[in-house]
Amino acid sequence: MIKGIVAPLPLANVDTDVIMPKRFLITITREGLADGTFADLRFDNAEQRRPEFVLNKPPWNQATILVVGDNFGCGSSREHAVWGMRQLGINACIGTSFAGIFYDNARKNGLALPVVSPEVRDVLLQLASKTSGAEISIDLGSRTIAAGDYTEPFEMDDATRTSLIRGRDDTLDSLEHAGAIRDFEAGLDDKMRISVIT
Amino acid sequence: MSRTLYDKLVDAHKVCDLPDGDMLIYVDFHIMNEYTSPQAFSGLETRLLDVWRPEAHLAVVDHVNATRSSEPHDAASKLLIDNLQANCTKHGIAFYGLGDPRQGIEHIVVPEQGLVVPGMLIACGDSHTTTYGAYGALGFGIGTSEVEHVLATQTLRYKRMKTMRVTIDGDTAAGVTAKDIIMKVVQVVGAGGANGFAVEFAGSAIRDLDMAGRMTVCNMAVELGARAALIAADDITESALKGHPHSGQFTFNGESWDSDPEAVFDEEFSISGTDIEPLITWGTSPDHSVPITSNVPVAADYVSPKAKAALERSLQYMGLTEGQSAQSIKIDTAFIGSCTNSRIEDLREAAKILEGRQVATGVEAIVVPGSAMTRIKAEAEGLRAIFEAAGFEWRPEAGCSMCLAMNDDIAMDGERVASSTNRNFEGRQGRGARTHLMSPAMVAAAAVAGHLADVRDFK
Repeated sequence: MIKGIVAPLPLANVDTDVIMPKRFLITITREGLADGTFADLRFDNAEQRRPEFVLNKPPWNQATILVVGDNFGCGSSREHAVWGMRQLGINACIGTSFAGIFYDNARKNGLALPVVSPEVRDVLLQLASKTSGAEISIDLGSRTIAAGDYTEPFEMDDATRTSLIRGRDDTLDSLEHAGAIRDFEAGLDDKMRISVIT
Repeated sequence: MSRTLYDKLVDAHKVCDLPDGDMLIYVDFHIMNEYTSPQAFSGLETRLLDVWRPEAHLAVVDHVNATRSSEPHDAASKLLIDNLQANCTKHGIAFYGLGDPRQGIEHIVVPEQGLVVPGMLIACGDSHTTTYGAYGALGFGIGTSEVEHVLATQTLRYKRMKTMRVTIDGDTAAGVTAKDIIMKVVQVVGAGGANGFAVEFAGSAIRDLDMAGRMTVCNMAVELGARAALIAADDITESALKGHPHSGQFTFNGESWDSDPEAVFDEEFSISGTDIEPLITWGTSPDHSVPITSNVPVAADYVSPKAKAALERSLQYMGLTEGQSAQSIKIDTAFIGSCTNSRIEDLREAAKILEGRQVATGVEAIVVPGSAMTRIKAEAEGLRAIFEAAGFEWRPEAGCSMCLAMNDDIAMDGERVASSTNRNFEGRQGRGARTHLMSPAMVAAAAVAGHLADVRDFK
């Protein structure tokens, strides 16, 4: 169960350049990305907090769930965007559609992306806009979102849901199929057995 | 059972089904760059894992390197470059670094090296890996965790996409390029319109494109949300496979990498090629485009308050007024480069416009050839001389440069750029920078005019 204060971020097409501007990408680690997350929305050119930005003001500065606009996470493949959101304390984004690479990156890092209809998203946006700080819960098991008496189902594919619930290590899990991978390779057409010239 | 090209490619690479609906698919070839791979290599070290098949990977430096010189411009970029080289040396992976005659933007380098053939599955930690669909190969971008997964297993966990076909029939007019075709598709389908889909491009306007044009189309398919883009392999594809350093490794027997005639797609779009005009983007999403002969939208064009607010926000960021004519937009900078449009064919098209003309006073114009090989070829053809005579700065090194401004080519707050690149996002080319996407020839035309201009007026 994911539970927390929800903030509205209704902009459509929020891309990964906006989520994690490139000046924070010159790094060889996954750490230290919280400050970079939504940096140009959160801070002005003098690095001062923009008081009007939703995540800079109470109650949304406590938010751990976002309700977002269509096509969230579009653009670059940079997983830094997801790492940064997690480091900023975001556990879930509820939206109508997410870009594919962002969706897969989220799954690998425990960021839940429940998909809802535009109507449900708009109800949740209204709820999230309450200055009293609405709290909602996301139940991955039953695939439902609840806020008080309001309950709605959301979409999430089985594999993503299992990953989020179990927090599994995909790489190690997949290596359990090493035999199948070797068998597949043995049957590979020579044409596809590439050997890059060093 | 009739199958789409996409389904044939997925079927050909399926290793096994996994519980919960995923499958493992085999990755024939994997490309890495210096900025989305470091954490993948450290992930291997944490788990004490080896690289499954080192010879199936290529690492290229392209995103953070300066293009003014083959030396890194600062310590931070040098760290990323050195880190990639050290990781490749350690694991026995091919590394095309700065100063290597094969170096360049990954998606320019791979076809030049003959490393893509129809029927392949190619992954890379870069969203524009959709480029390889131009060859009838399944290419797609992955995140860093998946880079690690490919390194360790030579496979990916995969969920089959839905399929979409976009058919563009009819001859395109003079001055309309592959860039205009794909910008039109993005405009029609929308920036997220193909989320969850693999998109196949078909129709006479696509068949008529050369490989460079097909790559431009597939490259930018990710801007409509497509996780994969495909064009069926044909004679044009086959002739492009010969004469490259890796060509000897592959025997392409003309096997069919095409959708069956009866194959059914989940969604279909049809666009008339004759209706496409040279386009420019006015806003902050790649689907914010209008013909160069047209005007920036007005709020009255939109019904919903949400759309009106979004327009207002974009116009404010872009420093434009609603309804102003596209050709009244004055530029500060012209940039020709990127994995979308920095091939030799792109440079030739831009040079045709620039020959005998001058960049307008006050416009800074830069061209960054997509690879060292492209640059050398362009210099031999006399293109460099044309660009320089016109007042363009010709960069001696290849890389992504101002497309995403991860090196020292950063547009300033408020600086307006006519750009042959792929994304006009807020802050993409620099904090507060204003990007207008268009074809390389249109960038050249804008550079000469000093404002966005119609390439068809430059006979």
